[in-house]
Amino acid sequence: MMVYDLSPLWLSLKVAVISILFVFVVSLALARFMTRRDFFGKSFLEALILLPLVLPPTVIGFGLIVLFGVNGPLGILLEQWFGFRVVFTWIGAAIASFVVSLPLMYQSVLAAFEKVDPRWENVARTMGVSEWRIFRTITFPLAWSGILAGLILAFARGIGEFGATLMIAGYIPGITETIPLAIYFAYEAGDMEKALFWVLIVSSLGVAAITWVNYWRKKTAIRIGRE
Amino acid sequence: MLQVDFKKQLDHFSLTMQFRLDKEILALVGSSGSGKTTLLNCIAGIVHPDVGEISLNGRTFYSEEQKPLKIQKRKVGYLFQDYALFPHLTAEENILYAVPKGSNIAHITELTKILGITGLLGKYPHQISGGEKQRVALTRSLAAQPDILLLDEPFSALDDANRDWCQNELLRIHEQWQIPIIFVTHRIADAEKLADRIMRIEKGQMTEETAR
Repeated sequence: MMVYDLSPLWLSLKVAVISILFVFVVSLALARFMTRRDFFGKSFLEALILLPLVLPPTVIGFGLIVLFGVNGPLGILLEQWFGFRVVFTWIGAAIASFVVSLPLMYQSVLAAFEKVDPRWENVARTMGVSEWRIFRTITFPLAWSGILAGLILAFARGIGEFGATLMIAGYIPGITETIPLAIYFAYEAGDMEKALFWVLIVSSLGVAAITWVNYWRKKTAIRIGRE
Repeated sequence: MLQVDFKKQLDHFSLTMQFRLDKEILALVGSSGSGKTTLLNCIAGIVHPDVGEISLNGRTFYSEEQKPLKIQKRKVGYLFQDYALFPHLTAEENILYAVPKGSNIAHITELTKILGITGLLGKYPHQISGGEKQRVALTRSLAAQPDILLLDEPFSALDDANRDWCQNELLRIHEQWQIPIIFVTHRIADAEKLADRIMRIEKGQMTEETAR
């Protein structure tokens, strides 16, 4: 097998890691807010968060171009304030990855929080403990295995993002060429060997992630046990 | 002195409570779903009444005129049904969860000795029996030195020998701590043995109050 330029791997990892950091923080905050508050329009807001799950990637890409394009409202702001462009850059790929993986992570975190028995939080409250400390020491650790599974799922989804990435970041070898794009354009060019190389790489990453999550969940289940 | 005088609408009836409690033990008896746990939850601040007032030693927990006092500020020891021990913490970490580092824990050390749980402190909740969990949870609810103790069916998971022993210890703790204790039970024998007063709640109404 030929030795290929590995830049798509490093770029995919960079895009996925940076987007997952934001996904992690935003989904935790959103899920925490949604489990604790009831308000008018909550269902609508939840539908908006989950919308990328059911939309074709091209629609997401189109929406991102409208928002972050050179003439888009957020695109103009980012260029004026921070001097960088989103379209045709790896940042565009990271934003696309963020948008498609957020709903998956949000759903996992919400389910994980809902599994934490509210009596544990209430008993901690009766002991005079602050809400923040309850979150840090009770809610988060007890929801952690579900959160971690969500993280891996969202990370895998982010690394595999293709349609929206292609629309907003385009295909510029060495700059916006993530693994899925590399596979598609290698196939288009008839370079099946190169396409297969990247298919094997991305599949191995997926298998490793799922195996690790399963191992970790078993390990933490044994450690925490059931009351 | 605990003063309770409130109404709360539940699914099928209205819970109407009016009583005062000094440093006594009050047993709540009555069929399931009659409002006993809701009364404990209203005192603890987990749910709020619709109208009325709850206060303890002059501190208002709930009143229509002001915002309810936060659960954290009520100084209530609450032993939940099934104990609700934190499953990822050891017995010791459960007990000391809310105790600031470096504070005097002589009363806790004494409780662990009285209740015979010194040997369990390093174990996780899933590694100990129902009776042991109950004693760990009781110690935990007393660790923060509460002004009132609420116990929701504390003896339901215990066999006869353990129940007797735990009840005697509870009486000893009450004698020493001198705080009001309210406990929910289905067994009238438990109520008669432990309580200074027994209150029967049926469909949200207090129907009977007997002195020991």
